[in-house]
Amino acid sequence: MSECFLRLERVSKRFEPRLSLGDRIAARLGATVETRSVHAVDEVSLAVARGETLGLVGESGCGKSTLGRIAAGIIAPSQGEVTLDGEPVMSEGRKRSTRIQMVFQDPFASLDPRMRVGEIIAEGPLYHGLVPAVGARSYVARWMERVGLHAEQAERFPHQFSGGQRQRIAVARALAMQPDVLVCDEPVASLDVSIQAQIINLFLELRRDLAITCIFISHDLSVVRHLADRIAVMYLGRIVEIGPRDVLYEQPEHPYARALLDSVPRLVTRTGTRVEFRTIAGEIPSPLEPPAGCRFNPRCPFASADCRIRPPGLMARHVGGGEVACYHPLGEDGQPLRECVG
Amino acid sequence: MSGMLLEIENLHTHFLTRAGVVQAVNGVSFTLARGEILGLVGESGSGKTVTGFSILGLIDPPGRIVEGSVRLDGLELTSLDQEGLRQVRGKRISMVFQDPMMTLNPVLSIGEQMLLAVRAHERITRRAGLERAAAVLTRVGIPEAATRLSAYPHQFSGGMRQRVAIAIALLHRPEVIIADEPTTALDVSIQAQILHEVRELARESGTALIWISHDLATVSSLADRLIVMYAGRVVEQGPVAEVLSDPRHPYTDGLLASLPANARPGEVLRQIPGNTPSLLDLPEGCAFAPRCARASTICATAPQLTHSGPRSWRCHHPLGAGA
Amino acid sequence: MSGFMEQLRAFWVEFRESGIAVAALFVIALILVLALLAPVIAPQDPYDLTGLSLRDARRPPGHVGSAGYMHLLGTDAQGRDLFSAILYGLRISIQMGLAAGLAALLLGASVGLAAAYFGGRFETFAMRIVDLQLSFPAILLALILVALLGQGKAQLIAALVAAQYAYFARTAYGAAKAERRKDYIEAAVATPLSDKRILFRHLLPNCMPPLIVVATVQIANSIALEATLSFLGLGLPVTEPSLGMLISNGFQYMMSGRYWISVYPGVALIILIVAINLVGDQIRDQFNPRLRR
Repeated sequence: MSECFLRLERVSKRFEPRLSLGDRIAARLGATVETRSVHAVDEVSLAVARGETLGLVGESGCGKSTLGRIAAGIIAPSQGEVTLDGEPVMSEGRKRSTRIQMVFQDPFASLDPRMRVGEIIAEGPLYHGLVPAVGARSYVARWMERVGLHAEQAERFPHQFSGGQRQRIAVARALAMQPDVLVCDEPVASLDVSIQAQIINLFLELRRDLAITCIFISHDLSVVRHLADRIAVMYLGRIVEIGPRDVLYEQPEHPYARALLDSVPRLVTRTGTRVEFRTIAGEIPSPLEPPAGCRFNPRCPFASADCRIRPPGLMARHVGGGEVACYHPLGEDGQPLRECVG
Repeated sequence: MSGMLLEIENLHTHFLTRAGVVQAVNGVSFTLARGEILGLVGESGSGKTVTGFSILGLIDPPGRIVEGSVRLDGLELTSLDQEGLRQVRGKRISMVFQDPMMTLNPVLSIGEQMLLAVRAHERITRRAGLERAAAVLTRVGIPEAATRLSAYPHQFSGGMRQRVAIAIALLHRPEVIIADEPTTALDVSIQAQILHEVRELARESGTALIWISHDLATVSSLADRLIVMYAGRVVEQGPVAEVLSDPRHPYTDGLLASLPANARPGEVLRQIPGNTPSLLDLPEGCAFAPRCARASTICATAPQLTHSGPRSWRCHHPLGAGA
Repeated sequence: MSGFMEQLRAFWVEFRESGIAVAALFVIALILVLALLAPVIAPQDPYDLTGLSLRDARRPPGHVGSAGYMHLLGTDAQGRDLFSAILYGLRISIQMGLAAGLAALLLGASVGLAAAYFGGRFETFAMRIVDLQLSFPAILLALILVALLGQGKAQLIAALVAAQYAYFARTAYGAAKAERRKDYIEAAVATPLSDKRILFRHLLPNCMPPLIVVATVQIANSIALEATLSFLGLGLPVTEPSLGMLISNGFQYMMSGRYWISVYPGVALIILIVAINLVGDQIRDQFNPRLRR
């Protein structure tokens, strides 16, 4: 079934503090040593269909990058499993699959500065025998032209390219592995607006021509809306709402998803418009001490006693499909559909 | 012109590097009225940050203001010595940086450094200084300000640190605050809080604000007037809503078309081809010409500024009604 | 290779701007040539004991000896021509310094890189030992090792390596720890490439700049350390006098006015070490992004 092409099955990632020898001795002697672990990702399940683009949005510290790295097989989950077409992406703590590749945020850090662009793109395919050594040059040329670069630039080094061109190189490197899935972690966040549009267009083109499955991670809601078919909103390590793009943008049911969408500044082009900045009260709590129950409850205007005790699981949204993890999902007017009790 | 608080005329700031002369700011002129919020937008390398730093004389070698004048209420800032600039900085013009740790000292408590900032320009008792600090922190939305004076910067979140930096900028009720990408590093929900507070504060105290950003949406919801910079020059300037709804310069138009928010989801964006030019060897004429669909042979000569009412632009082939 | 040559040329253009560093590099080159051509230049083979005559012992600089040539820098207690002895001594010092320095680089870089990349228990264990060693004077460690291993070139190099690899390990570890977090390493993990390939094709080349800086300083230190050991009589055998031994041999005559036996080898040693350090300083400055324009 195509529904289960890429599956994340209750994956969690805890970062345990690494205790030094001194800390361990101090702990033995009864001193208070920080031993709490950070739940960067907390029992997240996701399924991405073949050819689909799933957008992953949330603010810093929500775990979206960690989740992306788990999906790409860079980080082994503390619990749970990632499977592609039924096969595990990692086994014995190592990534085995080449069918899932990643594009990173900062194209100035993601390319080895001491390698030529041609070598960077050819390295993986050569290593995995996707292309014979004699054919490497033309193979690289093909992918470079595919992402809008000139084949003769293969002899250059990354520092001789601009940010946008480097991001194209990074995309070519990922595509040259002939992946089925591309995980993109904020691929346009560090680019200028005019260059951002070029890269967004490149992704649109690739998705159309290669029918690639994609997880697109971004804090920029307008970019995700432009590219994704379905969108998941994360808050403090959990998915709070997931659904088809238009439905989620037009009628978010989770109070956090709604507040997040409301706080994005919009382009004002009418004279005399006074913009109200709608804000979310308070700050994102430390992931070291996430609140009990629903993690959004301390900042949520609709939180009830239930919300403070038992974390809500994902349940079907009221309209338009998708799921929401909330006891008091919002209606169109931004008010809870059900009475708040307690 | 006489009523203007800040007048910048023909400012040229260059960096003399090993590779050559980087013309970061290349003949920028604009004015700022009392209490006005001015948005300064552009992409990286447009010279927007260097312009902001030049106003306060914060350009370090190998950079230098090679030409032009910056006048604050008639006082020429470019000819002031370090002591003269010190009297102005923080007192009449203050600055908020993208990274609040540019302002904050990690080894001093918030109260201590705010006290230092107060005493830099005023003789005041410790007690009165701290009271003032607490009052300003409260104004920027920090709860229980008085008790948090003894905290250190690392005990604050990124958003709170930026609030403290803004509070320090507000201490002496300056006439101008220059804010360089102050919310770029922050999450959208925190950004919304800060935008809200900054606008209220500016309105209340009548402080003029130069808000430097690459984000058109943020600037559009905050500023009264907009300046668009490209390759060290002002290419377009005018009331914010007018410029954004009816741009004259093809670059402004291209920027707006590049925004996914302005397109239908999944639609191919109208992108600006090519890259921003190197500031080391700028083209002779219009710097945008190599990327511009409207460019013609005349664009090989530098276009002059065209004025029309409150708006002005620098283009041989402007878009819209003015063409 | 053209990319590498380009980088090298750019490096040289910047290097050339420092007059002192260029002069120091010239001095090093001169010393290398002199040391390499010692058998040709030196009027006497100081290792050939039959060629020595005690009649020429302890003669001041400028003395014309029994063999009929002038002793430019005088002679030592065995009647060796000091100029010749210094040339041969430089040869040995440079040999030992380079061999020990490069071997320490290889060992230290491997330990540091592996610790940073694999992490876990190996990291804790290896770096704890390195830290322990860094807190312990290198000279003391070398002394103990020489005492245990005995005399000889190989033993001395082993002692020098053991005393100095820790600096390289520390440097490589720090650099690799910083590089490890960069996205290009994650990209290699995501491909996926083997650990070996990531370590040697990606991590190591990007950790080289700080290692090269430490290497120049450590080669100078190796030379100084070897000289110290030889001075204390724990270095090379008497038949192959290095600079340290020459200084030591002349030491007892210092107070009797025959300064040259100790002072000239000492001056040669100082010039060599200072020159290497000056070049090392310039390289460090050029690699330091904070000092870059």
